[in-house]
Formats: sequence, C-alpha cells, structure tokens
Amino acid sequence: MTSQTANQPRQAPVATPYLEVSDLRVTFPTPDGAVTAVRGLNYSLPLGRTLAIVGESGSGKSVSSMAVMGLHDPKSTRISGSIKVGGQEIVGMSPAALRKHRGTGAAMIFQDPQSSLHPYFTIGNQIVESYRAHHAVSKRAARERAAEMLNRVGIPNPRRRLDSYPHEFSGGMRQRAMIAMALVNDPKLLIADEPTTALDVTVQAQILDLIQDLQRDFGSAVVFITHDLGVVAQVADDVLVMYAGNAVEHGTVRQVLGAPLHPYAWGLLESLPAVSGEPAPLHPIPGSPPSLLAVPGGCPFHPRCEFRDRVPGAMCTTVAPDLVARTADPAHTSRCHLPAPDRVFASEILPRLP
Amino acid sequence: MTEPLLRLDNVAMHFRTKGDGFLARRNQTVQAVDGVDLTLAAGETLGLVGESGCGKSTTARLITRLLEPTAGRILVEGDDIAHLDERRLRPYRKEIQLIFQDPYSSLNPRHTVGAIVGTALRTHNLVEKGGELRRVQELLELVGLNPEHYKRYPHEFSGGQRQRIGIARALAARPKIIVADEPVSALDVSIQAQVMNLLESLRSELGIAFVFIAHDLGVVRHFCDRIAVMYLGRVVEEGPRDGLYDAPQHPYTQALLSAVPDVGVVRGVPPRQRIRLAGDPPSPIDPPSGCRFRTRCWKAQDICATQDPALIERAPAQQVACHFAAPPAASLVAEAV
Ligand SMILES: Nc1ncnc2c1ncn2[C@@H]1O[C@H](COP(=O)(O)OP(=O)(O)OP(=O)(O)O)[C@@H](O)[C@H]1O
Ligand SMILES: Nc1ncnc2c1ncn2[C@@H]1O[C@H](COP(=O)(O)OP(=O)(O)O)[C@@H](O)[C@H]1O
Ligand code: SF4
Ligand code: SF4
Ligand SMILES: [Mg+2]
Ligand SMILES: [Mg+2]
Repeated sequence: MTSQTANQPRQAPVATPYLEVSDLRVTFPTPDGAVTAVRGLNYSLPLGRTLAIVGESGSGKSVSSMAVMGLHDPKSTRISGSIKVGGQEIVGMSPAALRKHRGTGAAMIFQDPQSSLHPYFTIGNQIVESYRAHHAVSKRAARERAAEMLNRVGIPNPRRRLDSYPHEFSGGMRQRAMIAMALVNDPKLLIADEPTTALDVTVQAQILDLIQDLQRDFGSAVVFITHDLGVVAQVADDVLVMYAGNAVEHGTVRQVLGAPLHPYAWGLLESLPAVSGEPAPLHPIPGSPPSLLAVPGGCPFHPRCEFRDRVPGAMCTTVAPDLVARTADPAHTSRCHLPAPDRVFASEILPRLP
Repeated sequence: MTEPLLRLDNVAMHFRTKGDGFLARRNQTVQAVDGVDLTLAAGETLGLVGESGCGKSTTARLITRLLEPTAGRILVEGDDIAHLDERRLRPYRKEIQLIFQDPYSSLNPRHTVGAIVGTALRTHNLVEKGGELRRVQELLELVGLNPEHYKRYPHEFSGGQRQRIGIARALAARPKIIVADEPVSALDVSIQAQVMNLLESLRSELGIAFVFIAHDLGVVRHFCDRIAVMYLGRVVEEGPRDGLYDAPQHPYTQALLSAVPDVGVVRGVPPRQRIRLAGDPPSPIDPPSGCRFRTRCWKAQDICATQDPALIERAPAQQVACHFAAPPAASLVAEAV
C-alpha cells in the first residue's frame, strides 16, 4: 500500500491545483556523501490560496522551493519526481523554457533583497529589464509599468524613486522593491522564502499586509516559507510542516495550528513563548534535527519523540509512516503511527499551551 | 535607600563618524544611546526591546564597559565605572559577563571547550592548581553538556550546544550580572526553548541578575521581570512585565506589541488592537526634535515637535515618555495610519 495520493484530493473548494509537487527528491553530491535534502515531497496548491511551509533550518524548505522555480544547477543537483506549474512539467525543462517560467509562471522573493537586487543598477532599471525580458514594449512604457508597480507596493514618490539605487532604500523599502520586481510580469505563483525574517516587527507587519493584499488583487497562488508560526497564523490558508526533508503534517491553518496531529508540530507549539494569554512553561523538543547524511530509519523523528513508546511494537524505529489522514477528517494528514493523535493533543498538549 | 546592583544614570553614547555619499567629508554624530536611565536589582531580569538600531547592543556594550560612554554614569553597587581604566575595571569585569547572539563567531575555533572555559577561570583566578579540569567539567554539566567533551572543538557542536559553551564561559567568572545580547535569536525554536529553560534554571539556582536583549517580544515576556522599550537611543517606556504587555501606555509600545503575529489567535486567544506604523525608524544621526517617535506617531500634536517628553511614572512602577500616555482602551478610537 502506498499513500502517494493521500493528500491530493483535499482541495475541496477549488478544482485544479495550479502547483502540484509529486514525489519530489532533490539530492546533492557532497564530499561526505550524497545529501538528499528533499525526500519524496507531495503537495498541491490552487490559485488564490496561500500555503505556508514551516520547519526548522535545514528541513528542506528552500531547496524544495528552488526546485519549483527551476533554480538548481543541473550539473550538481539530482532532481526526480514531478513539479507541475499551471500544467507544465518543470523537472527536466530546458534552460530557455525555465527562464520564461521564472517571471511569467512563477516568481520568488527572498529574505535578503540583496540576492535579487543588483547594487550597481537603479531600482527602476532593474524592474524595467525584468518587464522587457517578457514583454515587447518600449522603454518608456516599461518605465511607466515600473512606477505603477512601485506605487502598488507602497513606495512613496514612485516616479522619483525609480532612479534610486538599492542602498538608498531602507530594509523595508528594498523588500517592497523586490516584491514589485517579482510581480511585474504577473506571475500566477509567488514563492516567498522568509521574506520578513530580517525585518523589524513593525515593518514585517507592513510587508505581510502587502503580500496578502496583492494576493487578493492578483488571485495568485502563494507559497510562504517561514519558521515563525505566528506569521503562519496571520497569512496562510494551508500549512505544510517539514522535518528532515519531508512533509510530516498538512492541513488548513485551523487544523495544523489549532489541533495538530504530529508530535513534532506539538513540540514546536510548546517551544513558543506567547506574547499574550497566560504565560506557560516551555516544553522543548529534546535533541536536535538529524544530519541529512544519516537520517534515522523508521520515523525520522523517533530519536526526539516522547510518544514513540505509545506506538505498539518497534514501528517507530522500523517502519516509515505515510502522510495520510489519521482522524475522521480526510483533509488533515500526518506522518505518524501514534493512535488517536487528536485525543492525545486535546487531553495532554492543549492544556499545556498558553 | 541602598544603591541597586546596577544603575545607568543619563548615559549617552554618541559615535563620531564620517558621512557617506555626498556627505563624505562632513563629520556626523550617531546618537546610538542618548540619556538612558535604567536600574537592575540583584537577581532581577531586565528585558531590553526595540527595533534594529535603537541602541540595545550599544547599551549592552556600555554596561559591560566594552565602550566608554560619552556622558552619564554607570554605577555598580554605587561605584561609577563609566570612565575607569582597564586595571581598575578588572574586579567589575568579573562581576558583569556578556553572552553574544552568535555562538559561532564568539568562540575561538582553535581552542578546545576545556581551554575556552578554563581561560575564563584563570583570568579571574577562580581555581586553585589542579582543580581546573574538575571545575570545567562541573560547568559543562551545569549547562547541559557532556562533561567528557571538554577536549572537543567548537565546530564539533551544534548551534544550541555552542550557545551553552558561551554560557558556561560566562558562568566561569561567577558573575552577579549577565548581559545577554540576543542569546537565542540565531537558534531554531525547539533549540531556543532548550536554551531559555537553561537560562531560567541558572537564574533561579544561582541568583544571577540578567539584562536580556531580544527582538522577540514573546521571548522577553517569558524571561523578564521588568522590560524597557527603546526607540532611537531612548527608553520610551519601562515597567513590570504584566503592566507593560497588558496595558502599554506609549504609542510605540502599543504599535510594537500589535505588530507581533500571535499563533494563539488560531486557538481563540483574542487578537490585540491592530495598529500599523508607516515607514521605518528615522536615522539616529539626525533624530526628530521633541519626541523622537513623532514622525511615526498617530497621536502626535504640535507640542510633540517642540517638547521632549520626560519619562514619568503613569502606573505603579510603569514609566512612560509621552505627552499623551494612556492605556490602549483610551486610544482605541484612533486607528493608526
Ligand atoms: N561603532 C559605531 N560607530 C558608529 N555608529 C554605531 C556604532 N555602533 C553602533 N552604531 C549605531 O548606533 C545605533 C544603535 O546600534 P545598536 O547596535 O546598539 O542597535 P541594536 O538596538 O542593538 O540593533 P539590532 O537590533 O539591529 O541589534 C545604530 O544606528 C548603529 O548603526
Ligand atoms: N547546494 C547544496 N549542496 C549540498 N547541500 C545542500 C545544498 N543546498 C542545500 N543543502 C542542504 O540541504 C538541506 C536543506 O536546506 P534548505 O532547504 O536550505 O533548508 P531550509 O529548510 O532551512 O530552507 C540542508 O541540510 C542544506 O545544508
Ligand atoms: S511515528 Fe512514532 S516516533 Fe514518529 S512521530 Fe509518531 S510516535 Fe513519534
Ligand atoms: S509625545 Fe507625542 S509624538 Fe511622542 S509618543 Fe506621545 S503622542 Fe506620540
Ligand atoms: Mg531556507
Ligand atoms: Mg544588537
């Protein structure tokens, strides 16, 4: 029995997914051996919805998303499985087709705007160039479009700001400019990789509002990568929790943050000190995430899991669990053998949360 | 009244720098810290919060006297250490230890953990001959590391473990005060919670007072008795934890707390009043006249541009620097821009 399709027919309200990732594996050869950073990932996302991918550093969030963008160097990366964006297969696509895909099909914004904004060119030039790479229009028309985009992302005096260099912008404004550049070609899929992690909370709040507004206006699909569960609660419709290169839980925000099923998700929630409500003691996950050169067999989380004794036999150490529904709710999936996880959460974990 | 363990009295740190771009030839003054008053009692935990560049790390470096202030007094049990030379600072250096954000760069990669912690012991003459290894191992055990690992090098440890080494090194001096500058910010949440629990148990077992800096307002709420909110080099509000988080009176504190995305809302914790500030903090090179927050404040009036508001007690032990300080309920009508 396999569960490869278990999490696919779950998008009840919308028909066809715009992004479909199936059995994605990404492997890098390194001097210490092959590192498989993504190991059999499945998820899908329709237009008009935001999926948050959460997990600790090294869990494969960025590597999997760069595969969706076709950004990995084919010479040093082995990618298998399938990634469909708007029906087009990305895995194995030619470099020329990938260039077209990046821009009109999908765009990505990063934590560090420096990685997409060139320091020696004005903001305006860079947005104009991205636009003209995909549209046969005059410089003047492209400049008009660039000003309109800067205005749309909330940069004051957009026409004058076109002639500024990135270093003349504050951190928040650079992030806005990068978003303007990413959206100039109207991509239907936006991947945001920790776009607010380096920003102050007051500026983060502005950028989160902006991304939500833009999504509403453009009706795009958004993949939002973050390690901040508070941010997830604010921006996401769906959540995918990753651990050691794979999804361990998938569902709506309400399901995954309100009533999670996987012990790793429980541990994350119990590690978070609250800003409001009754302060509760922290109950951290013991140990640290595994090295990808030696991922534990069975359930990769078992060395850190406080619940493995509740699973009969030696299942946790020998049998890799599938990502399937574990409760009466078919749209909420988890990769864990523990029986009745919803009841364990309600009776043991929930009372300990702030 | 006896002097508190630590008191900052009107402390300022103005850096002289060269401007950039067109201003390259003109000298400028960065008012990184400008007139800060703070106190810390024995065994107490004081949190410092505020946006990037507001002067938290500069305050930390002043308290630990890695910097000499350009004005004001830094009193340790009543002794002013603001301008002491290195020789006279020695006894105070032992009492006040610093833990850094970055566990990677703060440990010498060529020294074993035993040597790193042992050097701290020897610097402060805290072990007799032959007792060093035992004490190093005690300290490693205290911070939750395997005492047999004293021969290993920093790169053989994970990020969280390296932060524990930094903590062991700070504890080696038997300090009365630890200044922790973003000690858990670089760590993943699960590891962050482990290190916070460690710091908490050390505080309660050893009675060490902490100045705890973090930009994560949840982390600060969890760890601190009292919190000071900084903006552009000044303390704008300071008070006991519950008062400050439940009834903040400075518009900036209210905006800061309102901006923190809270995972609790999914479980029905009521969300805070929604306030959105426009723009970024202004530059500390040329701060606004009067109240420094006025360029982003939705309550600003004419007086705010001309009169610098003093830090005044507005609720028991809660001091606020604002002409129109009020708890959030009163300002609910004023939805921010
Ligand atoms: N040696 C220096 N020379 C000139 N300016 C400095 C110096 N050190 C700090 N500053 C400036 O002083 C201000 C306060 O810096 P500080 O490092 O204390 O901020 P912070 O609150 O710790 O910020 P963060 O949250 O980013 O760590 C900033 O504007 C900074 O650029
Ligand atoms: N080019 C590469 N070569 C080897 N290993 C890599 C490469 N890129 C990423 N990795 C490894 O893949 C794992 C997942 O990385 P990443 O997706 O960046 O994690 P995150 O979830 O923090 O975004 C990490 O262990 C990382 O070190
Ligand atoms: S499968 Fe076993 S080890 Fe893995 S998370 Fe579930 S209970 Fe824990
Ligand atoms: S003094 Fe004026 S500008 Fe400053 S915080 Fe109070 S109301 Fe706002
Ligand atoms: Mg990443
Ligand atoms: Mg700092």
